[in-house]
Amino acid sequence: MNALDIIQLIVSSSLIYAAPLILTALGGTFSERSGVVNIGLEGIMVMGAFMSAIFNIFFASTFGGWTPWLGLLAGGIIGIVFSLIHAVATINLRADHIISGTVINLAAPALGVFLTRAIFGAAQTGPLPESFGITNIFLLHRIPIIGPILFGNTSAPAFFGIVIAIISWFVLFKTTFGLRLRSVGEHPHAAETLGIKVYAMKYSGVMLSGLLGGMGGAIQAQAISNEFGILTIAGQGFIAMAAMIFGKWNPIGVMGAAIFFGFGQSLARIGTYIPIIQDIPSILLLIMPYLLTIIVLVVVIGRSEAPAKLGETYVKTK
Amino acid sequence: MPTSERVIEMNGITKEFGSFRANDDIHLDLKKGEIHALLGENGAGKSTLMNILSGLLEPTSGEIKVKGKSVNITSPDVANELGIGMVHQHFMLVDKFTVAENIMLGREKSRFGYIDKKSAEKEVQALSDQYGLKVDPSALVENISVGMQQRVEILKTLYRGADLLIFDEPTGVLTPQEIEELIGIMHKMVNEDKSIILITHKLDEIKQVANRCTVIRRGKSIDTVDVSKTSQQELADMMVGRSVSFKVDKKPATPKEAVLKVEDLTVKSNRGFDAVKGISFEVKAGEVLGIAGVDGNGQSELIQAITGLTKSSNGSIHLDGNNITNKKPRKITETGLGHIPEDRQKYGLILPMTLEENIALQTYYQKPFSSHGFLNYKEIKQHAKRLIEEFDVRTPSEEHSAASLSGGNQQKAIIAREVDRDPALLIAAQPTRGLDVGAIEYIHSRLIEMRDNGKGVLLMSYELDEVMNVSDRIAVMYDGKIIAIVNANETNESELGLLMAGVPLKEAKEKADSKGKEKETIDSSI
Repeated sequence: MNALDIIQLIVSSSLIYAAPLILTALGGTFSERSGVVNIGLEGIMVMGAFMSAIFNIFFASTFGGWTPWLGLLAGGIIGIVFSLIHAVATINLRADHIISGTVINLAAPALGVFLTRAIFGAAQTGPLPESFGITNIFLLHRIPIIGPILFGNTSAPAFFGIVIAIISWFVLFKTTFGLRLRSVGEHPHAAETLGIKVYAMKYSGVMLSGLLGGMGGAIQAQAISNEFGILTIAGQGFIAMAAMIFGKWNPIGVMGAAIFFGFGQSLARIGTYIPIIQDIPSILLLIMPYLLTIIVLVVVIGRSEAPAKLGETYVKTK
Repeated sequence: MPTSERVIEMNGITKEFGSFRANDDIHLDLKKGEIHALLGENGAGKSTLMNILSGLLEPTSGEIKVKGKSVNITSPDVANELGIGMVHQHFMLVDKFTVAENIMLGREKSRFGYIDKKSAEKEVQALSDQYGLKVDPSALVENISVGMQQRVEILKTLYRGADLLIFDEPTGVLTPQEIEELIGIMHKMVNEDKSIILITHKLDEIKQVANRCTVIRRGKSIDTVDVSKTSQQELADMMVGRSVSFKVDKKPATPKEAVLKVEDLTVKSNRGFDAVKGISFEVKAGEVLGIAGVDGNGQSELIQAITGLTKSSNGSIHLDGNNITNKKPRKITETGLGHIPEDRQKYGLILPMTLEENIALQTYYQKPFSSHGFLNYKEIKQHAKRLIEEFDVRTPSEEHSAASLSGGNQQKAIIAREVDRDPALLIAAQPTRGLDVGAIEYIHSRLIEMRDNGKGVLLMSYELDEVMNVSDRIAVMYDGKIIAIVNANETNESELGLLMAGVPLKEAKEKADSKGKEKETIDSSI
C-alpha cells in the first residue's frame, strides 16, 4: 500500500466509526444545552440499533437500497419514544437525571435481547440484508488528490452526521429556538420570567437527543456491526458523551471530537495495514477508544464549561 | 408629576401558601407618573405581592385592575402584554449571553426563526440612548458591572413596552454613585409617563424619590401615606408596628473579669500570608467589645481562629480560663462560645434542612435531643417551637426549610440557637447585614441583653454606626493589627475613620479634635 492509500484508509475508516458517535453526541448536546443530563444515550442507541435491525430484516425486500436510510428513521423514532421516559422522569417527576438515565441503560439492552430472542430464537438477529456499505460522495470524490482521500470509498452516514452537525450549530446559535433552549439550560428562572415555556424547551432538547441517539444506534447496527446483538452497542453512548464534553457542547467541536474518537475505534481494524502501529498488540488497539476517552476527559474536564444549570431540576413557581 | 389616573388597583389580594398567609387582604393603587414605594420588613409579603402583579404567582383571592379594567394575570407573558415589567432583586440574566440576547430573549427579532442580531442590537442601543441607560449591547453579561447588569434588567422591561416598572430592592447591590444614577433614571422614566413601584426597606431612599408609600406588615397593608408629609421615624414605626429607636438604648456597662483572652495571635489567611499579625486583647464579662475596620484587615481570620474554623500559627486564646487555641470547633463551642457567623447562609445554617433541625445543630448529639445515636424529634421540635416563639422567628412552621425564611428570620433563628445555650462569650460577626430596621433593632437589643446578663460580647462589623452604637469599647483593626482600643463614649466617627485608615491613635485624636472644632464653629456660625 502506498502512502495515499493508507491515508485514504485511515480517513474513511475513522469516518465510518465516527458516524454513530457524531449523531449521538449531537443529541447529547441538545439535551444538555436544555439542562438535562442524558446518560441514557447508551440505552437509546441500543434501542435505535435494535429497531433499525428489525426494520432492515423485515423491509429490505420492499425498499431495497433505501432500507438503511428508512431504518435510520425507524431508529430515530424509537429513540424519541425512549427519551420520553427520561423526559417525564426528570422534568415532570423531578427524578435524578443520572438515575433515570441509568435505568434506561439497564432496561434497553435487556429489552432488545429479549425481543430478539422472541422473534429470532437467538441472541443475535443475524446479518442484515441491506447495509450502508461504502460509497463515493456524489461528484466530490472526483476532486484531484483530496477528493479520493476525503470523499472516496467512505461512509455516507458520516457525511449525513456532518451535515446534521452544521445544521445543529446553526439552530443552536442563530435561531430563536436555540437561544431559548440555551437560556433554559443556563438560567431557567430568567427564561420563565420572560414567558418562555421552560418544560417545553427541555422536552424538545431531550426528544432531539432521542432522535439523534436512536439514529446513531441505527448507524452502528446497519453500517458497522451489520446485525443486532448484545455487543452491537458497547459503550458508544458513553464515548459520545465524552465527545460532547470534549467538543464543549458546541456542535462543530462535538463533531470534531466524535471523528477523533472514531479514529480511535478504527485503529483496531486498520492497525495491521499501518506501519509502526501494526507491531502494537491488537488487544491494546481494541482498548484504545476507551483509553482515549479516559485520557481526554481527564485532560479536558474542568476546563470545559457545562451549561450552568445542567442536571438541576427546575420547579416552576406557583 | 403624578396624575389622578389610576394605572393599577389591587383590591383585597390574599395569597396563601398552605396554611400560611403571605398576603392578607392587601390594597394598593398606583397613579400614572408616580413613584410609589412599597415598604415592609423582610418577609412582610412585598415580593409575594409583586410576584402576583408580574404574573409569577396567582393570588388565592382578590382583584387586580389595570387602567380600570379587571384582569387575570396568569403568566409573565400576560403581565408583559399589560405593560407590567419587573426588575428583579436577584438579576434574571443569563451570564453567557450578550446584553442584546438577554434583552430580546422570548421576544427575539427574527425572520423564520433566524435571529436578526444587528437590528436587535440597534433597537437596544436606541432604547439605551432614550433613557440614558448606558449599556454595551454586544458585551457578555458575565463581563459587565453589577450596575450595568441592572440597567440591562431595566431595558428588558422597556423593550417589552412596559409602562409600569416594579423595582425589587434595587439599591442593595449598588455603589453610592450607581444609586445616584438609578434615582436619576427613575425620575427620567416618570417624566416619560411611566409609573414605578419601588420595593424597599430603606427609608432614606423613600424620602428621596417616592411620592406615596404603602406600608405592609405581616402580610397586611397598614396604610398609604404621602411621603412628603411623613417623617422617617413615622415610616419606620408603621413598618415595624411599634415605636422604633434608631439609637440603641443601654445602661453603662459593668465589666468584670475577662472571658476571652487573646495573646500574640497570628493567623494565616487561606492565601498563605499573615492576615492577623500578633494581636492581643481581652473581652470582659458584661461588656461589648466592637471590632471596627475596613473589610479585609484580618477581622474575618481573627474570628475564624477564635471559633476554631482556622488554625492559628502563633499565640494563644483562652476562653473562660480554658486554653482553646487550635481546638476543634465543637470543643470550643462546648467551652462556652456562641457564634453568629459573618456568612449566615454558608456557615450559620444548612439551608435545605428544616428550621427545627437547624436550631438543634449545636446540641443534637446531647440529651435530650438524642440518645444512643437516635434523634429524639419530639424534643427537637418542642425546643424549636419554644425558641421560634421566644425569638419571634416568623415562619409558617418549624418544619419549613431554613432556605424558605427571609434573611432577618434566618438570622433570628441563628441567634436563638446560639444565645439559648447561654455561652460565656457571644461572637457576632456582621450580625445585621442586609436586614431592615426592625430586625436590626431587635438584634442589637439581644446583644445588649447578653451583656447585661454578665456575658461577654465580641461584635465585628464593617458598619461604623453599628459598632459605635452597640459597643462599650472599640478595637480598630488595620492591616492585621489592632491599631487602637478606645472607649465608645469617648470617641467619634472621624477619629474612628482615621484609625481605620491606619492613622496612629495620637495623630487621629489631634486631627479629629481639630475637625470637630472646625465643625463646631461652622455650626455656631449658622
